[in-house]
Amino acid sequence: MKPKSQRLFLIGAAVAALIISALLAMPALREGAAYFYAPADLAAADVEPGQPLRLGGLVEEGSVMRLPDGVTTTFRVTDRLESVPVRYSGIVPDLFREGQGVIADGRLQADGTFAAETLLAKHDENYMPPEVAEAVARAEAEAKARPAN
Amino acid sequence: MHRFANPARFLRLARPASAVCFWGGLLIAAIGLYWGVFAAPADYLQGESVRMLYIHVPTAWLSMSGYAGLAIAGFSALVWRHPLADVALLALAPVGAVFSAVCLITGSIWGRPTWGTWWVWDGRLTSMLVLFFLYLGVIALARSYDEPGRGAKMASILALLGLVNLPIIKFSVEWWNTLHQPASITLSGSSIDGSMLWPLLTSALGIGLLMASAVLMRMRALIAERKVSARLARLAAA
Repeated sequence: MKPKSQRLFLIGAAVAALIISALLAMPALREGAAYFYAPADLAAADVEPGQPLRLGGLVEEGSVMRLPDGVTTTFRVTDRLESVPVRYSGIVPDLFREGQGVIADGRLQADGTFAAETLLAKHDENYMPPEVAEAVARAEAEAKARPAN
Repeated sequence: MHRFANPARFLRLARPASAVCFWGGLLIAAIGLYWGVFAAPADYLQGESVRMLYIHVPTAWLSMSGYAGLAIAGFSALVWRHPLADVALLALAPVGAVFSAVCLITGSIWGRPTWGTWWVWDGRLTSMLVLFFLYLGVIALARSYDEPGRGAKMASILALLGLVNLPIIKFSVEWWNTLHQPASITLSGSSIDGSMLWPLLTSALGIGLLMASAVLMRMRALIAERKVSARLARLAAA
C-alpha cells in the first residue's frame, strides 16, 4: 500500500471509530447527563425527600394557583404520565404559563410536594406570530368541539 | 478537491471569490437581518425577544459547519499533506471561534428573558461551550511549535478528535433532558412559521457568505505571509 492510501485508511478508520463510539456511549449517559428529572423519572427513581434535584415538565393546565400571601405560586408539573405538585415563592419567569415547559430547582418534601427554590421557563421548538397561534388554538378548539367518531 | 490544492490555482479563484462572497454576503445578511429584526412578526409566546433567533441560529449552524470544515482541512493535511489544507485549518479556526462565541453570547442574552437564566450546564449549552474551547485549542496548538508544519499537524489531530463533539451538540437535545428546546428544523419540516423561517434562512445565507469571505481572505493573507518568509529565507541564504 502506498503511504498515502495507508494514511487515508488509518486516519479514516480512527475518525470513524471515534465517532461511532461516541454515538454509542453518549445516549447511555442518559441519567448522568440529564439536566432534570421528569415526574415519571422521579416516581421511578424513588428519591429521598430533602435531596436537592431538578424537576422538569409541563405546567399542568388549570393547576396554577396564587396563594393569598401574594408571593407563593402552586402548580403541578406533568409529563403526561405522572404529575408532581410544586410550590414556589418568588417572581415566576415571563414565559411561565399553563401548558408550557418549566424546570424547577428544589427539594422533594416529605408530603410529596416539591419545594422549588428557582424556576426556569422552558420553551418548545415552535415559533409563530400571534395570529397564527390564535388560528391554531381556534382550530384545536373546533376539533375538540366536534363529536369524536 | 485535489485540483484546487495547488496554491497558484487557488489564488486565481480565491481573489474574485472573496470579493463576491463579501459583497454578496453583506447585501444578503443586511436584507435577512432587516427582515428578521424589523419586518418579521413577534412570537406569540416570546414577543420581541424572538428576534435574537436571526443572529443566534445562523452563528450556531455556521460554527458547527465551520468545525466540520476544520476537520476536513485537518484530515486532508494529515492524509494528503496538501499545503493548502494547513492554510485552510489555520484560517478557519479563529473565524469559527468568533462564530461560536457570538452564538454563546447571543444565546445567553436570549436565555435571560425567555428561560429566566443567563446560563445553565445542560447538554446543549455545555457541548457548545466545548466547541468554542476546541476552536481555541486548535489555534493554541497550531501556534505552540517553533516549526509551523508540526503545529499544523498537531492542530489537525485535535481538529479530528474534536469532531465527536458535533453529533453530541446536534443530538444533545434528544439524548438528554435539556433546558434548550429540541431542533425546530428537521427533515420532516419546520416548526418555525414561514414568516420567521424565510428571514432566518436569508440571514443564515448572508452570514455564511460573510464567513466564507473572511476565511478566503485569511487564507490569501497566510499564503502571502508564507511567500514573504520563504523569500526572506532565500535572501538570507544567498
